[in-house]
Amino acid sequence: MRIVEGPELYFPQEKAPAPVADLAHKAAFCRVHRVMIRFENVTKVYDQNARPALDAVSLEIDRGEFAFLVGASGSGKSTFLRLVLKEDRATSGIVYVAGQNVANISSWRVPRLRRGIGVVFQDFRLLPQKNVFANVAFAMQVIGKSRSVIRDTVPEVLKTVGLEGKERRMPHELSGGEQQRVAIARAVVNRPGILLADEPTGNLDPTTSMGIMGVLDKINQNGTTVVMATHDDDIVNEMRKRVVELKNGKVIRDEARALYTSMIPVVGQSRRLKDASGRDDAADAGPPRPDRSPRSGEDQL
Amino acid sequence: MRLQFILGEIGSGLRRNLSMVVSVILVTFVSLTFVGAAGMLQLQINQMKGYWYDKVQVAIFLCGDGSTAPGCATGTVTPEQQENLRTLLQSPAVSQYINDFQFESKEDAYKHFKEQFSNSPIVDSVTPDQLPASFRINMKDPEKYQIISETFASQPGVETVIDQRQVLERLFSVMNAASLVAVSIAGVMTVCAILLIATTIRLSAFSRRRETGIMRLVGASKIVIQLPFILEGVIAAVIGAALASGTLWAVAHFFLGEYMSKQYPDTAFISPAQTLLLAPALIGLGVVLAGTSSLLTLRRYLRV
Repeated sequence: MRIVEGPELYFPQEKAPAPVADLAHKAAFCRVHRVMIRFENVTKVYDQNARPALDAVSLEIDRGEFAFLVGASGSGKSTFLRLVLKEDRATSGIVYVAGQNVANISSWRVPRLRRGIGVVFQDFRLLPQKNVFANVAFAMQVIGKSRSVIRDTVPEVLKTVGLEGKERRMPHELSGGEQQRVAIARAVVNRPGILLADEPTGNLDPTTSMGIMGVLDKINQNGTTVVMATHDDDIVNEMRKRVVELKNGKVIRDEARALYTSMIPVVGQSRRLKDASGRDDAADAGPPRPDRSPRSGEDQL
Repeated sequence: MRLQFILGEIGSGLRRNLSMVVSVILVTFVSLTFVGAAGMLQLQINQMKGYWYDKVQVAIFLCGDGSTAPGCATGTVTPEQQENLRTLLQSPAVSQYINDFQFESKEDAYKHFKEQFSNSPIVDSVTPDQLPASFRINMKDPEKYQIISETFASQPGVETVIDQRQVLERLFSVMNAASLVAVSIAGVMTVCAILLIATTIRLSAFSRRRETGIMRLVGASKIVIQLPFILEGVIAAVIGAALASGTLWAVAHFFLGEYMSKQYPDTAFISPAQTLLLAPALIGLGVVLAGTSSLLTLRRYLRV
């Protein structure tokens, strides 16, 4: 079977066995799109009279990276996620997802973009009248996966999120943490290249939250780029991943292995905000720049 | 798989707002019945016009076996009398008023009769001998009927001169008025149907917004998301159209076929089979109705 939808967003193992030349081409392709999400001077204005929700944000998130998006409510975290999904259109600036300028994706191809992106929300958004298996299978059914593929894949994914043997449970019979695991399973069942999580632990207690973080970390280890918007300082401090802090629509901090709040600036760890215009996509395959070195070990796929 | 999924979605959608679906079925049923009734009246008018109506205005019936008219004293029209009449028709005094004329022999008359009354039991008891031969005249000016009538009524071998239009036209004008009324009622009912379908689709989209939201997120195509809603409306409308077609058939079969054709044996009625010709049109109309109104509604209420 030919994979038609946005192949660069998928793991290599998703693809059907391809001729060597084709694989070599794919490898070159992946190298070009080492940067999974790239914002160039992106501004989003919802209301002309209010301040912009995002104000000239330039940001890059690499393939396989795990990034926290922190900041107060209204700081632009959700807007950031919506722009990645092309739920909204940037007022100015360019959003690239997997090397593709999303403004150039025609509306009938937006579903392909979204197939390459999994999304998890604070409120789980499960279908109450479907059981766990059916909730996860739903994501595969609607994009036309065959029944046998669904039968094989869903239990595997449920195992990944730690819900073995709970296929027949209904959502209301599950704890909050378990429901969020179902939602994560649904988000990753089609093997997206990117997982966006909008405060996935917002409704959960600290212990359960750490369990969820374990699941997200595992998914990240498998190569999926994870971007998580959160208020949960304990989790951010515990995980020690990259932290991008937004305030009033501007990036005010971008640190690798950082804490929720940066009280003491550590020399060599703070990331300069890059000037997007001075960068060239084709040159990205070159050696890592010095300012990226703190993360280089964990970021590569 | 996707087809099966869409079918499942349609099924659950129809179950979830069953009462709305039933009302859509009934409204399309009623509105399409009126549309069909107008169509049936037009079919009936065509049926009654028979073979000659659109071609000629005046018929000169010649004497047959049992004719009792004064001109028929000599019995059945003779070839000689027939030839005289033909000559008269071609003479300048008459031909200035007519475009052309045709002769209908008993055999032709029988053939046309069989066609027109094919749905009536009367056709089996009639033989060619019982039907009069006739001259059928196409007038330059139908109003000049009197001249023809005066010239030919007293000719030997002529039984009677009839202006067919005058006989049927009054009836047809009533029937045309009736079909106009039916069409206007159908128009109002169709507006009802469109609005009701739009409301139903809106409710359906609202009650399934969780599903469609998730479908959007996981990258379901526009077709997969919207098709179940559109097909829901279309299925309801098709059921309504089928009911309307059934009703028309029943009217043709039981009312016209069993009752009216016995009350008025000399009138040609349409057959039930003819009303079934209307069914594809009604179903097509229902599909277009439901399809467009649900498409327009989804455009506003179901973002993809």
